[in-house]
Amino acid sequence: MANIFLLALTALLIENFVFVKFYGICPFLGVSQKTDTAVGMGLAVTFTMTIASALTWSLYHFVLKPLHIEYLETIAFILLIACLVQFIEMFLQKAIPSLYSALGIYLPLITTNCAVLGVALLNIQNSYNFIESVIYGFFAGLGFLLAIFLLSLIRERFEFARIPKPFQGVPIALIAGGLLALAFSGLKLSF
Amino acid sequence: MLVLPVYFEIPLTVLVLAAVAFLFGVLLAVAAKKFAVEKDPRIDQIAENLAGANCGGCGFSGCAAYAKAIVDGEAQVGLCPVAGADANAKIAQIMGVEVKQPQRMRAQVMCSGNHSTANYKYLYRGLADCHSVSRLGNGPKECSYGCIGLGSCVSACAFNAIKLENGAAFVDYDHCRACGMCVNACPQNLIELVPFESRYWVACKSKDKGAVVRSHCQVGCIGCGICAKNCPNNAISFVDNIAHIDYSLCNQCGLCASKCPRKIILDGLKSDQIIEVETAL
Repeated sequence: MANIFLLALTALLIENFVFVKFYGICPFLGVSQKTDTAVGMGLAVTFTMTIASALTWSLYHFVLKPLHIEYLETIAFILLIACLVQFIEMFLQKAIPSLYSALGIYLPLITTNCAVLGVALLNIQNSYNFIESVIYGFFAGLGFLLAIFLLSLIRERFEFARIPKPFQGVPIALIAGGLLALAFSGLKLSF
Repeated sequence: MLVLPVYFEIPLTVLVLAAVAFLFGVLLAVAAKKFAVEKDPRIDQIAENLAGANCGGCGFSGCAAYAKAIVDGEAQVGLCPVAGADANAKIAQIMGVEVKQPQRMRAQVMCSGNHSTANYKYLYRGLADCHSVSRLGNGPKECSYGCIGLGSCVSACAFNAIKLENGAAFVDYDHCRACGMCVNACPQNLIELVPFESRYWVACKSKDKGAVVRSHCQVGCIGCGICAKNCPNNAISFVDNIAHIDYSLCNQCGLCASKCPRKIILDGLKSDQIIEVETAL
C-alpha cells in the first residue's frame, strides 16, 4: 500500500509529467487559456492515460510478450492510443457536446500526445504490474491536469495584466510554465 | 512459451498488428453506430451557401456558427452581408421561410483630409497601427478627429476594399460588402455604413468650431449650415458643429453638394471628385 501511495505521489508531483519530464507541452500551452477548457482537457487526458495504461499493459503482456515481439511496443501502442482517442472523441461528442466543441482540435491531438505514449512506455520500462500501471497512468494524468490547471489560472490573470507587447501570448505563458517547472523541481530535491 | 522460427517472424508481426488494428476497427465501427450524433443536415447546406469568408459581419463568430444559429432559430436568414441575394434566397428555401432582402450598404470614410489638404502637427514614424497613434494626441494631423491614415481599417477588411491614398483611407465600393469590420477598427470612429445607392456624404467629422476647423484643414466642415438651409427635405441636421445627412429623408437632389462653400459634401458616384477637390483648393 505504501508502495502504491509513493508511486501515486511520484507520478503526481515529484516526477510531474509536464514540469519534470516535459511531456505533453503542446496541449499544456494550447488549451491553457481558459480554466474551463483546461480542466476539460486535463480530464480527457487523465481518462485517456488511465485507460491507455490498462490497455497497453494488457496488449504488451498478453500479446506481444508471448509472441516475443516486444520490439513492436511503440507502434502497437500508437495504434492502440489512436483508436482509443477516436473512441473517446465519439463518446464525448455524444455525451458532453459542450466539452467536445471546447476542446476542438486538441482532442484528436491527444493521439499524438507524448504524455499518453510516454506513460504507456514507462509502465513497461519500469516493469510495473497491472495495478501499478493503472495507478501510475491515472496519477500521471492527474499531474497533467494539475499542471494545466495551474497554468490556466495564471494565464487568466495575464488577461488583465499589462504585459509588454513582445511577451504577450505564448512567450509569457512559456515563462510562467518555466517558473512553475522550477518550483516543481524543488520537490524532487526535498524527497 | 511459443517459439517460432526466424523466417516466420516478419509475417507474424504484420499479422499481429493487422489483427489488433482490425479488432479496434470493428470496435470503432460499433462505437460510431452507437454514439452517432444526429446533426441537422441543413447546417452544412446553409454553410455551403454562405460566403465562407468568416468575416463576422452577421454578428456570429463565423459562417458555421451563423448557419447553426439559423437552424436553431436563433438568427434570421439574410444577415450575411456578403453572400448576396441569390445565396440568401437559397438559404431561405432550405429553411422554408421568406426573406426580406436587406438594403445593400457600403462603408464610407467620413474624412477626406489628406497630406495636401490637412495640416500636420507632427510626423509619425513607427508601427503602422492607427490605435497606437491615436493615443499620441489623436493622431499626427492637427485635426484630432481626422483619419490617421495608417490603415487599421485596411488590415481589418477581409475583402481588400479599403485603400490608403495620400494619407487618408478610401473605400472601393465595388469590393465593399458592408460587413462593418472597418467601422469597429477605426479608433476615430470615422467609418459609417451608408445605403449603397446614396450619393452624397459629408466628408468631415470634426466637432471643432468653424475657425478652428479652417486652421486645421482645407476640407473640413465649418458648421455654417448652408446645406441644411438649402435641403428641400430637411434631411441635414447639425450636431456638434457637423452636418449629418439622414439617408431615410435624402432624395439625392445634390443641392447640398453644390451649395457647400467648402465643397466637402462629396458625390460617391464620381470617384474622381475627391482628387478634383484637392487640385481645386
